[in-house]
This record gives sequence, structure tokens and C-alpha cells, in this order.
Amino acid sequence: FLGAGGGNDIQWCFSQVKGAVDDDVAEADIISTVEFNHSGELLATGDKGGRVVIFQQEQENKTQSHSRGEYNVYSTFQSHEPEFDYLKSLEIEEKINKIRWLPQKNAAQFLLSTNDKTIKLWKISERDKRPEGYNLKEEDGRYRDPTTVTTLRVPVFRPMDLMVEASPRRIFANAHTYHINSISINSDYETYLSADDLRINLWHLEITDRSFNIVDIKPANMEELTEVITAAEFHPNSCSTFVYSSSKGTIRLCDMRASALCDRHSKLFEEPEDPSNRSFFSEIISSISDVKFSHSGRYMMTRDYLSVKIWDLNMENRPVETYQVHEYLRSKLCSLYENDCIFDKFECCWNGSDRQVEFLTLIVMTGSYNNFFRMFDRNTKRDVTLEASRENNKPRTVLKPRKVCASGKRKKDEISVDSLDFNKKILHTAWHPKENIIAVATTNNLYIFQDKMN
Amino acid sequence: MECTLDAQSLISISLRKIHSSRAQRGGIKLHKNLLVSYVLRNARQLYLSERYAELYRRQQHYPDGAPLLAMPACPPPAAAAPPELAALPLPADTQDREARSCGAARGGAELLEVPVCAVPPELQRAPCRDSSPGFYRAAGSAGPGGGGSAAPGLLYAAGCDFASGGAPHCSSRTTVLDLDTHVVTTVENGYLHQDCCSQCPCCCQPAPGLASPPPAPGTKRKYYPGQEEEEEGVEEGEPGGGGVAGGPPFAPCTKRARFEEYSAEHPQDSSNISNLISIFGSGFTGLVSRQQADSEQPLNGQLCSKQALASLGAWTRAIVAF
Repeated sequence: FLGAGGGNDIQWCFSQVKGAVDDDVAEADIISTVEFNHSGELLATGDKGGRVVIFQQEQENKTQSHSRGEYNVYSTFQSHEPEFDYLKSLEIEEKINKIRWLPQKNAAQFLLSTNDKTIKLWKISERDKRPEGYNLKEEDGRYRDPTTVTTLRVPVFRPMDLMVEASPRRIFANAHTYHINSISINSDYETYLSADDLRINLWHLEITDRSFNIVDIKPANMEELTEVITAAEFHPNSCSTFVYSSSKGTIRLCDMRASALCDRHSKLFEEPEDPSNRSFFSEIISSISDVKFSHSGRYMMTRDYLSVKIWDLNMENRPVETYQVHEYLRSKLCSLYENDCIFDKFECCWNGSDRQVEFLTLIVMTGSYNNFFRMFDRNTKRDVTLEASRENNKPRTVLKPRKVCASGKRKKDEISVDSLDFNKKILHTAWHPKENIIAVATTNNLYIFQDKMN
Repeated sequence: MECTLDAQSLISISLRKIHSSRAQRGGIKLHKNLLVSYVLRNARQLYLSERYAELYRRQQHYPDGAPLLAMPACPPPAAAAPPELAALPLPADTQDREARSCGAARGGAELLEVPVCAVPPELQRAPCRDSSPGFYRAAGSAGPGGGGSAAPGLLYAAGCDFASGGAPHCSSRTTVLDLDTHVVTTVENGYLHQDCCSQCPCCCQPAPGLASPPPAPGTKRKYYPGQEEEEEGVEEGEPGGGGVAGGPPFAPCTKRARFEEYSAEHPQDSSNISNLISIFGSGFTGLVSRQQADSEQPLNGQLCSKQALASLGAWTRAIVAF
């Protein structure tokens, strides 16, 4: 297993946990998205209450070379509020579905955050000085009587306690009839796409009153609807290429140069279903919940309910790799349908871009139940199950691999499938772009793990 | 794969999920309801195939056509299942649900749908058409979760007639608002009218030859934020029939013309059934294989077993249409 020591295997250690200790989870605190920025210095989370919390990594302390900097709260702001669409009599949830960072161009940081209907561009900037010494204003802001001014002075900037301000710079609204599930910034850093169940729109970051529809799968007759769009992402290098996944387990790659409306795909990635696995729930478990390109753009990864698949963009008829995340759940699909867990949308992520050298060091991470998360190493062919739990919270203690006993005699330290807590699910994980640092979100807590530095 | 639930329980659980999804914050989740409709279809297929198998076995034993389960004599496939399904355990009593829906429709802004009550009891006696009304009754009885004629992405408003004193009498009218085009459509007794297209040529001329124009080729429009407000004023008098710029609004119109033509030729009860079948059976070709669901011939009164399955498969989508 990874973590069992030896060679290039990563040994993961607990670093920090953020969030309430309470077992009673407030609905608004449920984490709905996690994302590192491009340098890894900032880590953003969004929650069901519409808030965004940004953590910043401390600068590395030379004396504490055994661990990297800790993440502390940098900024918190209310990104979205609940809204009511009076025309359609619909409530619009404030839950943050996705956050995506823009690469940093100046002192300020920018991110896109979206709920079901509206995308917002936020500017996060620091203020560490303020002007003092105005002639007509007191320090508290009250205006001075001009007749009392006897001398003039030039206001100067004086240092102040660091203040981090978040302000909405753009609001991209009214372009989606259905629920937005994805946003993805183009490699040109000027445009981005937003995808809902049936449509994908292309925006320019500077322009809010107009967007271009580039994919529309709404049938003329809604009775003929058979699939919806579940995720979409731009290619990391080719600014005219993007992919979108569907509830039917297919991925379509589209080229915007081919036509204005990319209704015809350039490539269709689909693996034929194994007929021996056919069940009432086949359609549900084949629905793709996340799609992510590798750093090079040569590969992409998809997550469906039970597995993670790695696809080579040059091969459409089957994935190059399939990892079973929790195959032991296949015989439990009925119960998981009853309690709605079968509809959980797990995300997946690659190891940091700097660590991916062609095909060799590709590692995949995804979540499961009982606060377990899984990693698959393409190179070593090994996988590991780890747990995000406050019980393992001694810093620098290596996490112990976990094992689920599917059937038969349960060995010591194994957990039987029936003891799994399906309310403890890890849907969102993120990997630092440069270091072996990972952020794992349980229901309302954020865990940060680092590899053991020797 | 083992499943601890039988098909019938799965069906009722699924219907319950669809029903409760209406109350969830954030509006109806199209994706989830689509997936639930697949489970419904799968469970129904299993249920039907089991019924057919059993009836076939019985027919082998009684080749002289002795009555089966007190159903009228008919080819087994078409007559199977529905009376049973009509007895599905449903979340609430049918009467109460309809009454509540009608009552609530008077209240606030919340839009509800009324199940299509357009299935008079006499239809139950029609041979080989039992299947349809039974299903639709079940679907209709499922309350707000079912019985509609539109699909996800559309909203219903209850259309109830309170003129008769005492208990509200539900006319079989369902009003649908398409979330995209904001076109309001009313289904009345199986007839579809597009409310805002009084000048719509195909709707107003139900020529037997089906002279309605084909749907505009799908050059889809750009979606401009804020455009909705502009187009609402335009919709009403739009000769194109209320579709907003570029969209193909006439696909349903062609079917409407057929409905009106067909029912003009047939007595009321059979026209109701075939209208319902046409509404539901013509689409959903994705759910059922394309070979089976031939949308070009929806109007035969007698349906062979395959077509019955195909058209009946559509009610699962109708369930999703809330």
C-alpha cells in the first residue's frame, strides 16, 4: 500500500483539521467545494450556506523544516445569498457548487464562485496601509469645519493591521435555466465556461451581459430527454478544446473551432456496459459525477459511483485504467437507493501538476463513505484507503491504511461493510499543485494531510 | 445483483422520491429525477415481464381462453399488469391529493400540477386499452409526482374548476410553463393548446393531411441574459406560436394537430385514451429502444404488446414531469 513505507510511496500524516468539533452538523456548514489556487498558497472552501472561506499557508519557517507551513484563515465572505425567482416560483439555493481560481496577475487574487444560477468573480485583496492626515477630515471620518484649518499637510500612508477584503467584481447571471454544475477557466485566462444540466455557456471574464451557448442538449421535446450534462472542463493547454460528461457515462470532447454550437462532438469516450453487471440501478451508477484533465492534457479522469476511470484522449472506446473505489457497495445498491446515497456526487483529483511527469507519477484521489478516501498510483499499481478522523490527529503520525471487509470473516482492524457510516461521506478533495499536501473535506470539517518529510 | 426490494416496492419508492423532490429547496433536480425515472422504467419492465410470463403460463394451461383474473379476454401482453399497478401503494389517498392540489392551487405562488383526471371509468372496460388508463390512473393518482404531460424543465399549474359548489371538481386540465421559452401550454382532456399562439397555423388548422409545418431546423439561439424579459411581450402575439427566437417550438404542434384530427373521428372515450397514449407514447424514445417507440404511428387503438410496452414506458417520464 501507499503509506506502508518504502520506495517512492507517500506516507501521509495528519496536519490540521478545520471546522466545528460538534457532531451536530449545521446544514449551512456543510462543505460543498474545495480548491487550491495555482500556487497552492491559498485554499478555498465553499459551503451550503453560500460562504467562502480562504485559508493561507504560512511562509515556511526555516527552523521548522520538518513540516510545511500551516493553513490559517485568510478571508471569509458571503458569496451567494438565497434568492427567489418569482417568475418561476423557484427558490435558488445559495450553496456554492464550485470555486475556481484565476492565475495571479497582480497583487490581488481572483476566483470564480458559483451557485445553481449565478457565477461571481471575486477579488481578494490585502490592505496593510491606510491614508492618514487629511486636511478636511478627522481620523474618524467626520468632516472638519474648513474655517478651522490653519495649515495644510499632505496625507501619507501609514501601516495598519492587515485586512483582507473580498469584493465582487463581476456578476454573471441569468444565463442558466437549469442548475449549474461546473465552471472551468480556459487556458487563455480570458474566457471560461459554465455548464448546467442541458447547456454549456462560454463567457468572457470582463463581460457580464452576454454569454455564448456552445452546447445545448435540450431535446425539442422534453419527453425525449435521456441524459444530462454532469461536468465540463476546458483542456489545460488547448484553448479551443473542452470535454463534458453525461449522466449516461459518456464523455464528449468538443472543439470550438469546428462550429459555433458544439452539438457534434469531436470525440466520444464510452465504455460498453458489462451486461453481467446489469441491475435496476445501472443507469444511476454509470452517471459520471466528475471529470478532470491531467496536467499535460493527455489523460482525463472520470468518476462514477463505484469507480474512477483514466482515459487516454487518443483512445475513445475504453479507459486505459479503471479503479474500483468501493466495489463492495455493488451488492448494497438497493439500500443506497433507498437512503439516497446512490445519488452522491463524488469528485476526484490528480496529484499536483508539478509531480506529474508524463505517465509515470500519476496518482488519483477520491472520496468514499465512513470518511474514507482512496488513492490509486498509476505507476506502482498500488492503492490505499485512508481515513479522515479526529482520532488520528497527532501531527506527523503516519495515517494507517484502512480496509473494508466485503464479506466473510472480518480480520482484525478491518471494517465490515455494514458498519460503514454512510452519513460520513467525502465528496470533495483537493491536491496542492506543487507539494504533497492534500485537503480532504468531510461533511463539515476540512482535513489537511502532508507527506512525511524525512 | 441482489435486491432486497421487489419491483413494485421500487416503483413506489421511486414515485415517492419524485414527489418529495418537489418540496426540496433549490427547485427540482433534473438529473436526479431523470435517474429515478430510469429505475422506474427498469422496475416496471421487470414487473411486466414477470406478469407476462405468468399469464403466458396460465394461458398454456387454459388454451380455451378462460378468464384470467377477471380481465376481459385479450392478448395477454397488452392486458397485463395495469390493474395491479393501479393498486400500488401510493403516498396518499388519491382523492385527498387531488383535493389538496386543487385547494393549494388557489393559494400562494407555488405552482402545482393536477393529475390528469381525464380517464373516466368507462375506459376501463375497453379491451386492450385497459393497460393505458390503468397506468395513467396510477400515474395520475400519484399526485403531484405524476400524471403530467410535460417533462422535466416544465412547471405545472393546477387548473381546477370550482364552479360546482362543494368539493372542487378537477377538470382535466394541466397548464405547463416551459422554463426556457416561457411558453404556456394547456393540456385539456388530452388536447394540447398553446395558450399564447392563437394565430398558430398548425394549431388552428387540424387538417387531416397534417399540413402543419415541420419544426424549424434547430438553429438554437444565443441565450442573452435579460432576454427573457424582452421576449415575454413578444410571445403573446407571435405568429410563430410562442416559441422564442430560433427555438423549434412546433414539434409538439404537429402532434397536437394529430390529436385533434383523431378525436374528431372517434368517440370520446377512445379518443381520450389515444390522446393520452399519443402524448406519452410518442416521445421518450431514449428510454425505450428507438425501434420500438415509433413516434410516427401513435394512434392505433389496438397496440401490439411491444408498442404497448413502448408507449407505457412513457408514463415513467410523465412521472418525472412535475
